[in-house]
Amino acid sequence: MKYAAKKIAAMLLTMVIVSLLAFTAFSLISGDAAEIMLGTQATPERLAALRAELGLDRPLPVRYAAWLLGFFTGDLGVSIQYKQPVWDLIAPKVLVTLCLSVLCFLLIVAVSIPLGLRSAGRSGGALDGARTVLNQLCMAVPAFFTGILLSWGFGITLKWFVPGSFPGLQEDFTGAVKYLFFAAAAIAVPRIAMTVRMLRSTILTEMRKDYVRTAISRGADRRRVLRRHVLQNALAPVVTFLAQTMAEIVAAGIVVEQVFVIPGLGRMLVASISNRDYPVVQAIVVILAFWVVLAGTTADIINQRIDPRLRLGGAS
Amino acid sequence: MRRQNGYMTAGLILAGAAAALILLGFFWTPYDPNAMSMDRAGPSLAHLMGTDNFGRDIFSRVMKGAGATASIALATVAIGAVCGTAVGALTGYFGGLVDEILMRVNDALTAFPSVLLALVVISILGPGKRLNVTLALGVVFIPSFARLTRTAFAALRDANYVKSARLMGAGSGRILLVHILPNVMHVLLPALTIGFNNAVLAEASMSYLGIGVTPPDASLGYMLSEAQGMFGIAPWYAAGTGLVIILMIFSAGLIGEGLQRRNGEVG
Repeated sequence: MKYAAKKIAAMLLTMVIVSLLAFTAFSLISGDAAEIMLGTQATPERLAALRAELGLDRPLPVRYAAWLLGFFTGDLGVSIQYKQPVWDLIAPKVLVTLCLSVLCFLLIVAVSIPLGLRSAGRSGGALDGARTVLNQLCMAVPAFFTGILLSWGFGITLKWFVPGSFPGLQEDFTGAVKYLFFAAAAIAVPRIAMTVRMLRSTILTEMRKDYVRTAISRGADRRRVLRRHVLQNALAPVVTFLAQTMAEIVAAGIVVEQVFVIPGLGRMLVASISNRDYPVVQAIVVILAFWVVLAGTTADIINQRIDPRLRLGGAS
Repeated sequence: MRRQNGYMTAGLILAGAAAALILLGFFWTPYDPNAMSMDRAGPSLAHLMGTDNFGRDIFSRVMKGAGATASIALATVAIGAVCGTAVGALTGYFGGLVDEILMRVNDALTAFPSVLLALVVISILGPGKRLNVTLALGVVFIPSFARLTRTAFAALRDANYVKSARLMGAGSGRILLVHILPNVMHVLLPALTIGFNNAVLAEASMSYLGIGVTPPDASLGYMLSEAQGMFGIAPWYAAGTGLVIILMIFSAGLIGEGLQRRNGEVG
């Protein structure tokens, strides 16, 4: 429990640093939001009034603290472009992006772990080289290219979904999940290849250890050794790797949302960067980064549960 | 041993072919990549990858676009590797408070996925300019190289040959560059190929989003977003552009695989 508490404290610290970096960076460049909203013709009185309304007349550290609290109270400032509260704009999109990432993550885990085990079990065969080449090839296909192919093949030709018209999560949940599934598949292909490769090399390294040789020489079934002993020892690095995969999913999601026209945080982020709508940009950036940090911390805590070496405080 | 080098050879041949096409593209393309005409046609001997809706020769466009993407990716990796290795070497070798602080910042930066961080940097520098895209991506690649080399340099700090060099009166600069750096290369080289792949992907993603390189500087990502709109009538445009991106990443991946196998890692 102490370990988990320590990890959570470290996570909160990282989140504060992350948000501080984002906040200072965007505060320095964005200039005076009130001036941008009112234009150059505004009178000083109106500017001062709007600044007071937006809270821009307060010193920077106070504004940072208020903004950070805003993630809990829902007050993240006002969008320059839409002149609406940032939270109202992004709240419906958070759920869509969350669904996409989780769906993609489940897909990667479900496909890559059995594949990785199989591939490690059959290493050294005649097909080994071919498998490596196929793996490299899958890693080389960019998610947005797969996305274009999928939306054309399954969307326009087979008509399994209509590219460009995302059914809302609330209105048509199964339709929305079906739509998101294709986007998730586009992101998943190269990640599955990477995970299989990583799993395979971790397992093969583990297989060379003495205890495996002993178990097999004492007559234990090879597959049983692989499943019961090797997998347990090889799992911790894999969990860490999967948490890093979450970061990759988030990054690829930004692009793939664009390919499939999914109204998520990624699309909003890209549009806001083009519009120089910094309050929205900084909120989305920090939410996505929080999501990644959360995945990393969860992986650390899970690892400590499954790996007694970590539980005894061998490595931190 | 033979097969280990098979990946390397195959990768080098493919990368060589891609590099030759790209270099040629800087001086000569079969057609003017922006010249329009009335005929849209599929791949043929006259137009290897066909022509798009505006009758532009796709093969010529791909040659130019690959050149833009590859040069940005190379510059990016160069910035990331040189600055990252410098930071990693200094912090790993000397340690201390600076090391602690930089590593905390590094931890926080890894919370931003590469494309996200690049988008942040580019929105600060201003979107659409080639130099800004290169700088943004280069900055993004510094932390990963710093982390990697820091570990390697810290591990070798007290190696016997380093100690003996120190006893013989070698300065810190000489120890870092002449004695430790060559022994870190086996970690650095595969990281360079992975970095190149990530850079190609990130550049293509950003220009696909319309935030990276914008016309008239055609890059592969921008062309792919163009091609998506024409997919129904000119699918060969997307196919040609996509294949070239895949070729670039695939060949670098094979070289990386070969390098790692040479190091004796289980692949």
